[in-house]
Amino acid sequence: MSEQTPEQPRIGRDEWVASADERRAKSIVGQAQNALDRTPAALKLVALALPFAVFPLVVESEYLLQVGIDTLIYVLLALGLNVAVGWVGLLDLGFVAFFGLGAYLYAAAASEYAGRQWDATLAIPAIAVTVAAIGFLVGLPSRRLVGDYLAIVTLFFLQIWLVVLINASFTRGPNGISDIYPLEFFGRRVTSQQGYFYVALVAFIVVISVLYLMNRSRTGRAWRALREDELAAELMTMPVNRLKLMAFAVGAGVAGVAGVLFAPQQGAVFPANFDIVLLITIYAMVVLGGPGSLVGVTVGAVLINVSLEVLRDPDDASSLFYAVVFLAVVLLLRRPWWSSLAVLGGTVVFGLVVHEIAEQARPSLVQGTPFGEARIDEVVDSWVLLPADIVSPDGLPTGWLGRVAYIGLVAAILGLTLVRSRLWRSVALVPTLYLVACVWENLLLPQPAVARFVLIGAMLVALMAVRPQGLFGAQRVEAV
Amino acid sequence: MDWDKLVQLLVNGVTLGSVYALVALGFSMVYGILKLLNLAHGDVLMVGAFIGWGVLGWLGGAQDPSVAVWLLIVLMVLAAMVGCGFLGVVIERFAYRPLRRAPRIAPLISALGVSFFIQNSVLLLFGADFRSYDSFDLVDVEVGISWGPLNVWILRVVVFASASAMMIALWLLVTRTKLGKAMRATSFDREAAAMMGIDVDRVIVKTFFIGSALAGAAGVLVGLVFGSINHFMGFNYGLKGFTAAVVGGIGSIPGAMFGGLFIGLAEAFSVGYIDDLTRGRLGSAFSDLIVFLILVAFMLVRPQGIFGKPEVKKV
Repeated sequence: MSEQTPEQPRIGRDEWVASADERRAKSIVGQAQNALDRTPAALKLVALALPFAVFPLVVESEYLLQVGIDTLIYVLLALGLNVAVGWVGLLDLGFVAFFGLGAYLYAAAASEYAGRQWDATLAIPAIAVTVAAIGFLVGLPSRRLVGDYLAIVTLFFLQIWLVVLINASFTRGPNGISDIYPLEFFGRRVTSQQGYFYVALVAFIVVISVLYLMNRSRTGRAWRALREDELAAELMTMPVNRLKLMAFAVGAGVAGVAGVLFAPQQGAVFPANFDIVLLITIYAMVVLGGPGSLVGVTVGAVLINVSLEVLRDPDDASSLFYAVVFLAVVLLLRRPWWSSLAVLGGTVVFGLVVHEIAEQARPSLVQGTPFGEARIDEVVDSWVLLPADIVSPDGLPTGWLGRVAYIGLVAAILGLTLVRSRLWRSVALVPTLYLVACVWENLLLPQPAVARFVLIGAMLVALMAVRPQGLFGAQRVEAV
Repeated sequence: MDWDKLVQLLVNGVTLGSVYALVALGFSMVYGILKLLNLAHGDVLMVGAFIGWGVLGWLGGAQDPSVAVWLLIVLMVLAAMVGCGFLGVVIERFAYRPLRRAPRIAPLISALGVSFFIQNSVLLLFGADFRSYDSFDLVDVEVGISWGPLNVWILRVVVFASASAMMIALWLLVTRTKLGKAMRATSFDREAAAMMGIDVDRVIVKTFFIGSALAGAAGVLVGLVFGSINHFMGFNYGLKGFTAAVVGGIGSIPGAMFGGLFIGLAEAFSVGYIDDLTRGRLGSAFSDLIVFLILVAFMLVRPQGIFGKPEVKKV
């Protein structure tokens, strides 16, 4: 009888997975994700690599090409970090040290300082293998232990790496090594930016293909099994420690390759290139894109590097910032349709009222001029509170208003997450949005370098709470 | 043998070690109860140092304090403890609690984000300059205890004494009070503790408050003895504190104290002697290398630390 089929036990199909799949098939995002999953890998690779391949053909400026090369190197780094973090679930906090090792090893293999020039066809594999071996050795002490110990050992390793770079004489300390030869393939030197771009692109295609095949192999399946449940994997006779060390070494090797491309392209390496800021940036790329997903990690790296570049210029930064805030409000308040309009309108009115009161009570509060010169900044000038002299001559913020507003904003955002009622949340959003604009104009815009990092830190925490699988990752649950 | 140098290094090591021990305690408590590496712990210490600096400035500065010096120091430490305690609670509530049931790596990445966020927020608000406590104006360097070759500045004595007092208080709290019992139970088995009627969330919040308050106190003590603070100082103290906790045995209070002193002494002595021992090849900056090697050695030989018990995996 056909009615009985649903009663049969669904062997091998987890209830949670089944319900998640059903929910996923209903939503638009889920359908897009399903479509993405069904797309053949070769097609995805073409889709990822094609925009890069045509990029140098349409772009003329050296600066944009440089951004493109940086982006490709970031993508390589994010792919390498993804092996340990996304596939195996190990927290590798020494990752940028391996990037630095690759760069400095290249400097040792081909620079005026070292007095020799290795061919890239020899240097790239040799350095990749060396860095992978060093990664293996660094992971070794924590072989019997959970990921937490690995985090401490690797973080400390990064610190040691920086100490050695800055203080040892053979690395020339903080001055770095600055006369590195360009890459040489069979005696022909890569001299143009275009050349480096295409070398980086080839490296990207090779690395992502190798990683894709690796993930599909026995080893890749074992890695994921280990991530989900280490004990169960061990009981299935998987060599847990060896697999972990292997993932760690593979990631380090990829970082080494990125370093080999970075050093000759820059022509110089400095200890400051490989600090903890870079580490957190790469983490943000992996987490935003979706740990475990090659497409996601690539997209995450591109998104973050491009937005960081945009944030460098105060005018573009303002436009981007207000656009993102606007989009976020519209997306968050989809139902009922007029609620986002009400909140945005309310914010405008609220700001005008506050501005008017401040102008009557203490005119000094609104006498400042905006730091940026974008149109949007001029518009908000008659709306946000901008005291005179928000910035001292050496670029440091002097105003108390920005600081108070910043602390108030952090408190307001945290408080907002606790408000359950939709109505009250919308009401509370009005002054919060106004605070956002005040903080941006008074504090973040004058210090773009710091503002980027504050935003990255906040994004990491928020993503982990709201969407730990990132844009493209698969949702996971902890097996109890 | 240069006895004066030896004694001086010993004093340095003990001072540094008491700070590391305070950091290690907070870190160890949180790890014991949540099995979570609180990577933001060092930055909580940094915030504590800034709160102490703010109180110092508010009460007239080091040259011309408006209250008695001992009261000033007590107020600085208390303000930092309360401020950091609440900071710790906020971090737990917003960055870690939503991730209780998430995969293990999620709260770690969240902690990384919190650490980065706090560091750069302080940079944003106060700039990158080093701030000085001007402790030599506060307490003259001549004031102290001298006994034979031993000449100890009184602030160093204060650091050691207050750190020891806090550790003893914590030890009593954990072993003798009801809250301590609840903490131990939660750390042993969270689910079973919840079934026995322990409000696990409250215990965790209190643990975070206490641990972060200790870090805040440590921050002020660092500022008092070593003079200058900046937004990035938390990294070093966090790292050494973690190492101390691992060496002593994560989750063990005497372990954290012992590990802190051990790492402090190791660092002080390697700063003092590494130059002579390597005939000038490695400068004092390489003391971190020695501490790292100690960490690696412990990982290889005794991963559970000096006082820890080997972890048994429960299925």
